[in-house]
Amino acid sequence: MTNSISLPSKFNQFLLAFKGVPAISIAILVTFVFFGLFGSFFLPYDPTEMDLMSAEKPPFWMTEGSTAHILGADEMGRDVLARLIGGASVSLQVSLVVILLAGSVGITIALLSGFIGGKVDAVLMMVTDIFMSMPYLLIAMVLAAVLGPSKNNIILILALLGWAGYARILRSEVLRLKDQDFVKLAEVAGCSKFRIMTREILPNIVNTLIIMATLQVGTVIIAESSISFLGLGVPPPEPAWGSMVADGRDFLTSSWWICLWPGLAILFTVLSCNLLGDWLRLRLDPKFRQIQ
Amino acid sequence: MPEKILEVKNLQTHFFTKSGVVKAVDGVSFHVNKGETLGLVGESACGKTITCLSILRLVPQPAGKIVGGEVILDGVDILEMTNRQMQEVRGDQISMILQDPMTSLNPVFTVGTQVAWPIRQHQKNIGKKDIWEKVKDMLHRVKIPSPEVRLNEFPHQMSGGMRQRIIGAMSLSCQPKLLIADEPTTALDVTVQAQFLDLIKSIQREDDLAMIMVTHDFGIVANVCDRVAVMYAGKIVETAPIRELFNDPRHPYTMALMASLPKMEEDLETLYSIEGQPPNLSNLPPGCSFLPRCEHAMDICKEKYPANSEVRDGHTVSCWLMEK
Amino acid sequence: MSEVLVEAKNLTKHFPVTKGLIFSKQVGAVKAVDGINFTINRGETFGLVGESGCGKSTTSKLILLLESITNGTIVFEGNDIAKLSKSELREYRGKVQAVFQDPFSSLSPRRRVGKIIAEPIVVNSNIPQSQIRDKTAELLEVVGLRPDQASFYPHEFSGGQRQRIAVARSLALNPSLIILDEPVSALDVSIRAQIMNLLKGIQKKFNLAFLLIAHDLAVVKHMSDRIGVMYLGKLVETASSADIYHNPLHPYTKALYAAALPSHPDQQKEKITVTGEVPSPLNPPEGCRFHPRCPEAFPRCTQEEPKLIDMGNDQQVSCHLYDK
Repeated sequence: MTNSISLPSKFNQFLLAFKGVPAISIAILVTFVFFGLFGSFFLPYDPTEMDLMSAEKPPFWMTEGSTAHILGADEMGRDVLARLIGGASVSLQVSLVVILLAGSVGITIALLSGFIGGKVDAVLMMVTDIFMSMPYLLIAMVLAAVLGPSKNNIILILALLGWAGYARILRSEVLRLKDQDFVKLAEVAGCSKFRIMTREILPNIVNTLIIMATLQVGTVIIAESSISFLGLGVPPPEPAWGSMVADGRDFLTSSWWICLWPGLAILFTVLSCNLLGDWLRLRLDPKFRQIQ
Repeated sequence: MPEKILEVKNLQTHFFTKSGVVKAVDGVSFHVNKGETLGLVGESACGKTITCLSILRLVPQPAGKIVGGEVILDGVDILEMTNRQMQEVRGDQISMILQDPMTSLNPVFTVGTQVAWPIRQHQKNIGKKDIWEKVKDMLHRVKIPSPEVRLNEFPHQMSGGMRQRIIGAMSLSCQPKLLIADEPTTALDVTVQAQFLDLIKSIQREDDLAMIMVTHDFGIVANVCDRVAVMYAGKIVETAPIRELFNDPRHPYTMALMASLPKMEEDLETLYSIEGQPPNLSNLPPGCSFLPRCEHAMDICKEKYPANSEVRDGHTVSCWLMEK
Repeated sequence: MSEVLVEAKNLTKHFPVTKGLIFSKQVGAVKAVDGINFTINRGETFGLVGESGCGKSTTSKLILLLESITNGTIVFEGNDIAKLSKSELREYRGKVQAVFQDPFSSLSPRRRVGKIIAEPIVVNSNIPQSQIRDKTAELLEVVGLRPDQASFYPHEFSGGQRQRIAVARSLALNPSLIILDEPVSALDVSIRAQIMNLLKGIQKKFNLAFLLIAHDLAVVKHMSDRIGVMYLGKLVETASSADIYHNPLHPYTKALYAAALPSHPDQQKEKITVTGEVPSPLNPPEGCRFHPRCPEAFPRCTQEEPKLIDMGNDQQVSCHLYDK
């Protein structure tokens, strides 16, 4: 009996999965994560160490520059590269925790709302809509101003404003899945509602969650950077890309390197996240999975 | 002397995918005479729908491409036409009805507007008033009650059966030479299906319309068709006039398929069932594609695809059994 | 001696229709199932036929407790299923299982097939893993698949194979009754016979009762011992499979079977006696629901709903023609 579906071997499938992969984006993100996690071992200097003798020293390939400060030094003499690496760590921490919190809250609300339906759904969606209609950045800045600048506050604020998007989109996934036969059959088999939510529906929406999370990393980094730029975010002297850009604003025409490197770091990291998220969406979309 | 309206010669349509070339239509030849219905029978992925799309040159691109053969409509090879010329043919000389009445109509336009589109497109010299007269006529022809009122209704206000008749009206509004119906009654109830098939047959008689009826249901074939072509894995395996096919099927696939259908007059315990699974078009075995499931398989079936042999006038089969 | 397994008495399900955005008020009801009576005996197949809106799918959902009963009772093995305690409900779920139409949405895409099949067992008992594995392997063999395929995902199987997996899963708890809702209509024609034979085989082997819902009358006749014909929420006729075909009594039954497609072109094509389409269940006609379309209606039919009459020989019909 011929099996009409002939798959390539499991190993070849693994390799085939990498076709069309946005390699550069992944490379950039891997670098980001690596330095974010292990950067402290690579710091040429303490990012908060000031050395007024080296204030505004340019990158090493320019005159007056030296390999002592490869990417230059800022107005307080702090090494830009060191601060860049330190900032990566901050951005990584903030975005990961925010996504974890926002994602968990969002997916729970989506499951309860979509699966239970009725009044529970109506109430939860009303709350979600309220949160979604808040201007993200504006409220974040106001709250940051009110609560005072600190890394933890930023994380809480961004998570608080971020969960609603997950809830909305994942809820529509839950609604779609609820009507599928395998959910009805699970009920017929005697599964409790809780079991159906966690064992049947949840695994099928995780893909969407991953895609959303990847795309959100970029948004969170921009948000954190914007808030830090305004001086409401991670307080000095801890390095944050946003505040680095803010600090370098006054020196844009003279010591441009103070602004440029963190600016580029934000740009490339966020861009890579978006490209990766887009690619993941194509790869993980079940419609495309069927084509072999 | 029956007059050929459509002649398809060795049509080949391939799909170029990442995992290889899929020969969806692999050397298909048949003809349809004026006023007759040819049944194109087969299961999913046998190539019957792509054959019809190829005739209309609507094969999904860029993956799909007609790579060979001729499609001669009333003496003209339409594969050689320019896109512009082909646009003139579609809706006017050849029309198509699809399976799902739900999605075949645009939900935001009234039914009257939609039936008027083909008329507007192909008969440029008609005045507005005449168009609406024609639309009302068409609705009347497909037995829609109170056409003047229905004209202004939207698709969602109508039942599935009525929607399918509206689509019938749309396709017949320009009085085409050939109508292709792709599983038009699959989504309809039993009694609605019967009414629709009756309607199509009476219109066909009145207009001397040639029709290709694509289906997997031998009941529809028995009810509506004059001649039948059975398809398997992109090729036609048997062609015969209707009674010939039912009384004396020769290809093992045709025989097996007909034997496996439950029939109301019979009272069997178990049905004859065909072994195996439908073929995977990107991975066909060499030789005859039906080989893995064929009861009468011989050595030669593994090596070469069987040639066409004639059983009787009008009845041809592609099977090595005929050579024995 | 056949034992009654399921008995439905005056089974009714109304879906409320509400209007109003904030304070919704019930303005009407869709009488999906409206006072039907039938029995299913142990080990037999009871087929339910009817067109869209007749209520056959709703009936199956009521038996599966996927919808709540509005009125009337379903008695299973002597117990009213609407009044079961939590542990009795668990037992009931073990005895009544289902196989649905779509082989692609019946299996969770992200779980291995072995886990899908074993789930009912895992949820309802504390049997150790090793025993579960054995049982899964056994079930896979019963449906014609290999035990090693338990580690595959659903998308690695064809439609027919997925339906087999769905059947295997339904057998996991050793049920007495399996609801089959269009079990073969989404499958390729050449595969249908395989699945029908499989179902008949397991029915014999495990003495299962089936409630079969299908629109293909030949399939229903082949598989069923007794058949019930539904129209707009009412059961208009029940009889043995042979009697419904050879001796239909209700005008709708006659119309339905007359509209069924022939299995041979020479078969006597009966004239279609019914006109129009099935009205909406929101607003069913007064008196006998079929009277507007019935060729044999008379004044009493417009006023009074017919009662169920026993015609002997296990045939019952709801029609004033037989109530003189």
